[in-house]
Amino acid sequence: MTRQNLILIALAIAISILPLFMFSDGSAEFSGADGQAEGIIQELHPTYEPWAAPLWEPPSGEIESALFALQAAIGAGILGYVLGRRHGRKSA
Amino acid sequence: MHIMEGFLPVQHSIGWGLASAPFLVHGANRIRKILREQPEARPMLAVSGAFLFVLSALKLPSVTGSCSHPTGAGLGTVLFGPSVVAVLSAIVLLFQSLLLAHGGLTTLGANIFSMGIAGPLIAYAVFKGAKALGAGIGIGVFLAAFFADLGTYVVTSLQLALAFPDPASGIAGAATKFLGVFAITQVPLAITEALLTVVVVNLLLQRGVNKDASLQTLSRSAL
Repeated sequence: MTRQNLILIALAIAISILPLFMFSDGSAEFSGADGQAEGIIQELHPTYEPWAAPLWEPPSGEIESALFALQAAIGAGILGYVLGRRHGRKSA
Repeated sequence: MHIMEGFLPVQHSIGWGLASAPFLVHGANRIRKILREQPEARPMLAVSGAFLFVLSALKLPSVTGSCSHPTGAGLGTVLFGPSVVAVLSAIVLLFQSLLLAHGGLTTLGANIFSMGIAGPLIAYAVFKGAKALGAGIGIGVFLAAFFADLGTYVVTSLQLALAFPDPASGIAGAATKFLGVFAITQVPLAITEALLTVVVVNLLLQRGVNKDASLQTLSRSAL
């Protein structure tokens, strides 16, 4: 099963970096799909005005990525803790 | 990629909020029941939520030349059933709308509906179906996670199409446009999510989780 997991993880990484090679000529911006959806909304309904704005926005891209990293870190920490504890209990 | 703050008309915001509410109440009751009756399932509940946190923070590049992120809802669904995931998704979506300006409070109901309700219901049906057809746990989990992820973004596209129909081709025309952005971008990400979900389920199985009552859907029905 460990072998299978290594293969699955390798595949996941391969699928994630494949697009970078497909657009290695720089023709893709890799912007967010939600931003593109916003573009479609403006194209279909040019007069639509969003009626609410986020209460708080990360002041910069750096701070935003820090908070995304924090989110992932919280999740990964809990995941590692529970899996590690179970592993320890089993081998003890 | 959730619907951004303010990007659903007021009636739609309220409507999706009302549609999501009963699922959240049901899910909260189930979580309370699990915590009370199966305290040993607590760590698995944490794992389900943690997986949502990790996967929905990963903005990955896609073959369309844009980025989106997986949802992570498939794991919790095969472990605890769909209603529990509605609550876990609501927590992640609230975190993202308050701290990351990603998604929003006015679109929270719609985003909970797509990621926390529609996705998990699809995962549940696919997992049950795969099991009924004799597929192993690995295949069942893979398919459940894949369709939950993709299904979430199909529902997001439909929600936007309902709110912003194409002046010429109507809701169907708008749906095609939104699906072109969301659904196609999501296909490789859904595969990635499905692979990672199988990895975590494998790790759990290696650690004897199938012997617990916590793998509810793996062992018996859990709505």
